[in-house]
Amino acid sequence: MKFLLQRLAFYLFTAWAALTINFFIPRLIPGDPVTSLINKFQGQMSTDAINSLYVLFGLDKNASIWSQYVDYWGQVFHGDLGLSFTFFPTPVSEILRQSLPWTIALVGITTFASFMIGTSLGVLAGWRRGSIMDGLLPVTTFLSSIPYFWLGLLAITLLAGPDSFFPSSGGYEPGLVPSWNAEFIGSAVQHSLLPAITILISSVSGWILTMRNMMVTVASEDYITVAHAKGLPERRVMVSYAARNALLPNVSGFALSLGFIVGGTLLVEIVFSYPGIGYNLFQAVGAKDYPLMQGVFLVITLSVLVANLLADVVYLLLDPRTRKEG
Amino acid sequence: MSAPATTITAVTPDGPEVAVAPVKRRRLRFVANPKAATGLAVLAFFCLIAIIGPWVAPYDPSARSSDLIQAPSGKHWFGTTHLGQDIFSQVLVGTRGVMFVGLLAGLVATALSILIGVSAGFLGGAADDSLSALSNVFLVIPALPLIIIVASTIPSAGDLMVALVIGLTSWAWGARVLRAQTLSLRRRDYVEAARATGESTWRIITFEIMPNLTAIIASGFVGTVIFAVMSEITLAFIGISTISEWNWGTILFWAQSQQALAQGAWWWFVPAGLAIAVLGTALSLINFGIDEFVSPRLRSSGHTRVKTKDGHSVRMRVGFTPVLSSKAAPVTPVVPRREKEEVA
Repeated sequence: MKFLLQRLAFYLFTAWAALTINFFIPRLIPGDPVTSLINKFQGQMSTDAINSLYVLFGLDKNASIWSQYVDYWGQVFHGDLGLSFTFFPTPVSEILRQSLPWTIALVGITTFASFMIGTSLGVLAGWRRGSIMDGLLPVTTFLSSIPYFWLGLLAITLLAGPDSFFPSSGGYEPGLVPSWNAEFIGSAVQHSLLPAITILISSVSGWILTMRNMMVTVASEDYITVAHAKGLPERRVMVSYAARNALLPNVSGFALSLGFIVGGTLLVEIVFSYPGIGYNLFQAVGAKDYPLMQGVFLVITLSVLVANLLADVVYLLLDPRTRKEG
Repeated sequence: MSAPATTITAVTPDGPEVAVAPVKRRRLRFVANPKAATGLAVLAFFCLIAIIGPWVAPYDPSARSSDLIQAPSGKHWFGTTHLGQDIFSQVLVGTRGVMFVGLLAGLVATALSILIGVSAGFLGGAADDSLSALSNVFLVIPALPLIIIVASTIPSAGDLMVALVIGLTSWAWGARVLRAQTLSLRRRDYVEAARATGESTWRIITFEIMPNLTAIIASGFVGTVIFAVMSEITLAFIGISTISEWNWGTILFWAQSQQALAQGAWWWFVPAGLAIAVLGTALSLINFGIDEFVSPRLRSSGHTRVKTKDGHSVRMRVGFTPVLSSKAAPVTPVVPRREKEEVA
């Protein structure tokens, strides 16, 4: 319990730090691009909307930095992230609410799947060292060096096309209306296959490698020798003795490398024009839509923090030492 | 210490060879690792291209010509773009930007990670708590979106700016690893001895602790360079950094925005992507080399199957006692093999 509370406190601290970074970035940069954007939409924006952008980007030069900070927090807590300029006049929070489920479904499921597949392959590669599995390493190294987005481009060229099963862009058939019926879900799954495979191929090798190295280290521990000496079946020693212990650093590594992975997967969305957060970020960058960019950054950071917390809970379940009373 | 060594060399003519050989072998052992050697060779090749690229490029990468979207040929090795620009020249010229940003960002991040990681590990107490909290925060916040936001807010993000932004945001992993290692080194006997003889903290850190961190620092540097190269190319691909400076990401940016895929112009994005992948692989290979240099256990052992004299085959593995199968082995093969050995 104490462990979990400590982690929770840390994530709250990180969330505070991320929000503070978000607060300072537009204020430290010379020039204010947001003012020119506001001027461009002069007359179409309500006073409220202009006000909220003033608070978010520190355009009010008369207010002290401290009162700006307090106002900023108040506004973020109300979920008001300003208006998007790309999708004028939709509020940023509304856009994010629409695209977040897509990203969580695609990135969440594929990251989890790649962790599971990579870890099990790593267990085998580490246990059967010197077998064919060693040949897997150079191949996966090469695959992991390929940028996600380039692999996506390649996949589109080779596999997608006008008469191919795989659609090259979008999250669902253009004519369909998002709802919970079989036709829509089927179309969504069909559209997400290619991006999912792309993410899987380029992210799986990292897990294979770390798991293999941990297995190699664990295999020479005394308790493995004891398990062998007891005459336990090889499979049991591999899974319940070696893999279970080798898994622990990999799980905490999962939490820490999530930030890197999420960054890469956002690009896959861009290449496939997948209607998620990453594509929003791309559109926002192209249009210099600062409110949307900042909103995307906040949402990504908070989601990664939540995922980290989940990984910590899993770690707690796997490692009895952290469950110690007191 | 040096006096006896010189007398030995004076007396025996083959003295220096005996004395030098082990040292030399130790130095070369890292290069002798096939993974590290391959990685270093490829990296050297890319460094060479980065230096001479702009001079050997057959065309000006931005110059337009009348050969629009042409497949690779003798005239244009990697084909041409929608404006008739030579893609081979673009890749050659673009190498410099990629290598510059990668190495500079790697240097900045490594310097920061040493500063923060080693001081956190060595100082301990409140300084350690606050510094490791700082690096954990930077570790958990997704780096790429942060880099994108910062770089897109800066009005004109050139190579130098991009390198600095990447370097300043990606030091946390190295700092964490260095802190852990410093913590374990701090209480070693030789450090205690140095402290007892009155060496200053500064001197202990630079001369007693740092040399033992070399491998970790090196692998951290290489890892950061990989990350920096990827991030820079990503930034260029999304169109954040200035498009006027050529790098591999810029080529991909134009290929994507000019619908190279729809036109079937595979030569537009394949060379740049392959270059990224090969460079990334080379850097990872160097890192594997370093890892295996430090921890020989990780080496992928070549032939672990050992044939015993009586025809059993046993797999040797670390941590395992080889067990012979209970089946009685055929006795006959023993004789012919002995004969073969004698013949050979």
